[in-house]
Amino acid sequence: MKIIVCIKQVPDTSDIKWTENNTIQREGLESVMNPYDAYALDFALAIKEKNSDVKVTALSMGPKQAERVLKRALALGADDAVLLSDKKFSGADTYATAKTIASAIKESFEHYDIILCGQFAIDGDTAQTGPSIASFLGLPQVTFVKGIEDCSQGYVTVIRETYEGSEKIKVKLPAVICMQKGESETSRITIKGAIKAKKSEILYKSIEDISLSPDEAGLKGSPTYVSKAFRAKQRDVECRYITTSEELVNVIKSVGGDNE
Amino acid sequence: MSNGILIWTEITRDGFIHPVTFELAGKANELSPKLNNSPVMGFVVLKTGKIDDYKEVFEINGFDKVFYVEDDTFDFYKSDLYSRVALDMVKEIDPEILLIGATENGRDIAPRISTMLHTGLTADCTELDITDDGKLAATRPTFGGQLMATILSKKFPQMATVRPKVFKPMKSFEKKKTAFINMNLDLVGFEPSIEILNFIKSQKSDLNSLDSAEIIVAGGKGMQSKSGFNLIKQLADKLGGVIGASRVAVEMGLASQECQIGQTGKTVSPKLYIACGISGALQHTIGMDKSSKIIAINSDKNAPIFKIADYGYVGDAFEIIPQLIEKL
Repeated sequence: MKIIVCIKQVPDTSDIKWTENNTIQREGLESVMNPYDAYALDFALAIKEKNSDVKVTALSMGPKQAERVLKRALALGADDAVLLSDKKFSGADTYATAKTIASAIKESFEHYDIILCGQFAIDGDTAQTGPSIASFLGLPQVTFVKGIEDCSQGYVTVIRETYEGSEKIKVKLPAVICMQKGESETSRITIKGAIKAKKSEILYKSIEDISLSPDEAGLKGSPTYVSKAFRAKQRDVECRYITTSEELVNVIKSVGGDNE
Repeated sequence: MSNGILIWTEITRDGFIHPVTFELAGKANELSPKLNNSPVMGFVVLKTGKIDDYKEVFEINGFDKVFYVEDDTFDFYKSDLYSRVALDMVKEIDPEILLIGATENGRDIAPRISTMLHTGLTADCTELDITDDGKLAATRPTFGGQLMATILSKKFPQMATVRPKVFKPMKSFEKKKTAFINMNLDLVGFEPSIEILNFIKSQKSDLNSLDSAEIIVAGGKGMQSKSGFNLIKQLADKLGGVIGASRVAVEMGLASQECQIGQTGKTVSPKLYIACGISGALQHTIGMDKSSKIIAINSDKNAPIFKIADYGYVGDAFEIIPQLIEKL
């Protein structure tokens, strides 16, 4: 069985600093593996642990620096890693990104069973790329998945969680599964894994390698564009500081937090 | 020539129309005059014979037209079936704008439709407007809620998913003379690939208890442990409120995903929001800064949460919360 895990390198959004001109200071911004993609990788590695014939490929699209998150995926236990890297890919929206990834999967793999994605990336937070990859490949998808129960004989059974409750869904493979945080164990880097990652080569693919024309990729291939970007407005209040629990209790009661 | 603003109607498993549908209709009625009074339209897939149950609610919520497809297999959302039917309907209706509520199912179906139509889709918007030349300008938070981006599409229909609770439904209850149009579609070549084996209803039963909560007590990284979250729960119970959590707290396993408030979680606007051990990163505050009153409890006096809080307590949450539980 072959599992492809799509991984995005994202800036650590919890640590954003602003320039004087209200733009994001990109210098010195740490890049990390998108946490939701890390959950997806955890699930893939958990399946691999139970079935020795499972191969896990980590796939990313991004600049050369994205090699780092792929090296991490290898160290955690992925068998191999592919980086789609080309200047012509840059500026892609979710449509062009998904098209690029779907073309790469079509061109690179004769056979695969599951494409696992994180439900969101914490920078863009669109939740669109996974379903869009599924659409380009003509595959079914299950989103908002928090558990994988069973995969065998051409099907996978997953638990999807929505505001209404949880659904147990059986989906025919190949399929795209988008993961939220679930119950899976967090994978840890072992010494063996770290050594293997150091030795492994990351397979680079450019636009020519995946049969895509420059008009279909990157900014050019994107149906959407950003017309303006601005800093989010903050709530405009003056904080009144309170120092005792009595006073805090009174405040809570006065603003309606009184259950009586 | 494409025309009109089309809205996907999500029907819950309990047979209600998801409120975001009407919030979108409210907004669409506001945008329509800027688009030569383009019609506000809904589309829905239903179990056979059910349309009559919903007619009035469409009429009072500002729909000019509602397109529907009926079949006995349409009992609840299935990604493969519903996205196929919705795609066929959208192709035939050919709207200028297509809006979908950013629920889990909405965020599942929208990118399938947009990809198959080779058009643009803007996710999880918090503001919609029409530009001077008649294009949809969809604004959304990005970069963890710190940056707002206004996005336009070069292709049609221009699509956006919109967060529940951001817009208001129509205020006036003046009925429109809604036209209901039954579309006959046959699903040539459709083969199901998804089977729903079972469904366990969320214990919080009703639609998003967090969404409708008047009081929310939320915990962040500063609550450190499950026992810390237990305090949050006790305080919430005492106040008749609901618990919430920051993304980091959910990632640490302190609270479940459905409690998550912020950009990758829910947007809430309770009467009172008590933030405990939450530093106040924008990706969290974007989901709660519409609360009427905010009380922040944090040991770090420089935590950004105090900048948006009405009341602040600088100190140890583990000391103050038990005192509050006792004295309230």
